[in-house]
Amino acid sequence: MTTIEAPRSRQRRARSRTNTELYAWLFMRVSGILLVVLVLGHLFIMNILDGGVQRINFGFVAGRWASPFWQVWDLLMLWLAMIHGSNGLRTIINDYTRRDASRFWLKMLLYTATGLTIALGTLVIFTFDPNIS
Amino acid sequence: MSTGTEPRTSTARGGGGITKLAGTLYRGREGMWSWVMHRITGVLTFFFLFAHVLDTALVRVSPSSYDTVIASYKNPVVNLLELGLVGAVLFHALNGLRIIAVDFWSRGARLQRQMLWTIVAVWVVVMVPGAYFMLKHTVETLFGS
Repeated sequence: MTTIEAPRSRQRRARSRTNTELYAWLFMRVSGILLVVLVLGHLFIMNILDGGVQRINFGFVAGRWASPFWQVWDLLMLWLAMIHGSNGLRTIINDYTRRDASRFWLKMLLYTATGLTIALGTLVIFTFDPNIS
Repeated sequence: MSTGTEPRTSTARGGGGITKLAGTLYRGREGMWSWVMHRITGVLTFFFLFAHVLDTALVRVSPSSYDTVIASYKNPVVNLLELGLVGAVLFHALNGLRIIAVDFWSRGARLQRQMLWTIVAVWVVVMVPGAYFMLKHTVETLFGS
């Protein structure tokens, strides 16, 4: 049976030289509060307001992204949600992988997928053309 | 953060073995299960997010390809899945606020169980009308107006 130390038990543990984990911990809380507003607002507008998902089409998106307000909203939501989710999955990978190699490669896959998705989403928001063919 | 007053009520409640673990914040009972649910809902939402960025990216391809993929969201089965996603995101959001309260509020750790049942109640109160509005169109088209 695996024994789990009591939280905050006094024990000698290897100290990291950086505060990265502290910043990651803090980021989860700060971005979490912002995402509560951004994501729940997004879900309410898209799924409930005014007929919900039934009214969504290309024209609807074009109308929204004509306003810098919704562009900034979506851009902020994209970056914060992707980084928040990626850090959450990083924690899960650290918890459940047993071999160092699988931990390393799963995280590489995670960071690659996250980076590509953020880049794609950002590109789409900034280069959107309402008059495309 | 650490207040040095983490609840250890269950040891006072007696009993040995496993029950000794229950009542600490993240071992057994509500504290642990909310942690499990937080992980599951978080992973679900994150995986959906990849798909969602990709489908939205079709606005950069052509209006018709975007409209085609968005039509799948209007399908009754996907509509139901979408309701499940909204439920998962709402739980994750409310429980996330509870975690922040546990970490930063001096009474947070002591009241974590009450806060969990509070957010469960809020979840139900929001999801009932939410489900009504999200499924309205689907129900009307499937079973006549």
